[in-house]
Amino acid sequence: MSYGLTIVSHVPEIAEGLPKLLKQVAKDVPMTTAGGTNDGEIGTSMEKIMKAFEDNAANEILAFYDLGSAKMNLEMAMEMSTKKVHLYDTALIEGVYTAASLLQAGVGLDEVEAQLKPLTIKD
Amino acid sequence: MTLTVDTLTVWMDKFGNKIGENKQYLSDLDTPIGDGDHGFNMDRGMTAVKEKLSSKPENVTDGLKNIAMALISTVGGASGPLYGTAFLEMAKKSSSTTDLGELLDAALKGIEMRGGANPGDKTMVDVWDKLVPEVKDGTLTEDKITAAVEATKDMVAKKGRASYLGERSKGHIDPGSQSSGYLFEAMLETEGLL
Repeated sequence: MSYGLTIVSHVPEIAEGLPKLLKQVAKDVPMTTAGGTNDGEIGTSMEKIMKAFEDNAANEILAFYDLGSAKMNLEMAMEMSTKKVHLYDTALIEGVYTAASLLQAGVGLDEVEAQLKPLTIKD
Repeated sequence: MTLTVDTLTVWMDKFGNKIGENKQYLSDLDTPIGDGDHGFNMDRGMTAVKEKLSSKPENVTDGLKNIAMALISTVGGASGPLYGTAFLEMAKKSSSTTDLGELLDAALKGIEMRGGANPGDKTMVDVWDKLVPEVKDGTLTEDKITAAVEATKDMVAKKGRASYLGERSKGHIDPGSQSSGYLFEAMLETEGLL
């Protein structure tokens, strides 16, 4: 499988909890998470996000996040990462669940993105 | 108007002190319209900045880059990427000029690019957008800084955590604008910088 998922949340437990839900429908899709700051406090960390990109077994990543400042750290990490990363402004759970299900089914990126579009809630 | 390693160090020292003295106030501003941590986040960041600058950087570019990385890796909230990008853009620009006005122009563009905010959205952009031209014209004053910060009070937030409150974000000063105000005050108080 060439696509993987990265989940970024302000809260470590949110980031770690989501894969439990996703694994039910996407056991073969590589997923990595970056939750909380470097100290494990509420917030996000560019370094943790970079590591989540690197640790992901896939070489192309679909990234999802919870709130605004997570997106800023994500974008900075994307500028520095050597992997190709696609960022989605969807509702976090619905978006990543949709992507996980479709990737497991072997659907192409275009189709995944078409299904993610109506779930976009952030600008 | 030329930024040197020495004026940069004094500027950051003064900025860090202001953040330290006002961390509770900044977090209080952030409580009704945000997540209540702006002052503490910025204080953590500026403590890291001071530590980085305690060994004198070789040149202005290195100094600015070190500040950016310290803020990006320690602040945690939105202010980390935003202030971090501002200093990173100044670092990039400083390879061709050390004119403070031009560096601040680059910083403002970086903040706008990173956060996607426009003037009037009740963010730090409102303060930077008003005060960078004053720095360039040599007309920055304490009163103008206060006015720029206070002007965010009646705005409705369109970006950041406060935007979830919509109309209810009115009546509160934007915390990022207040901390930016301290940055410009520190500039005024740094001898030989403006």
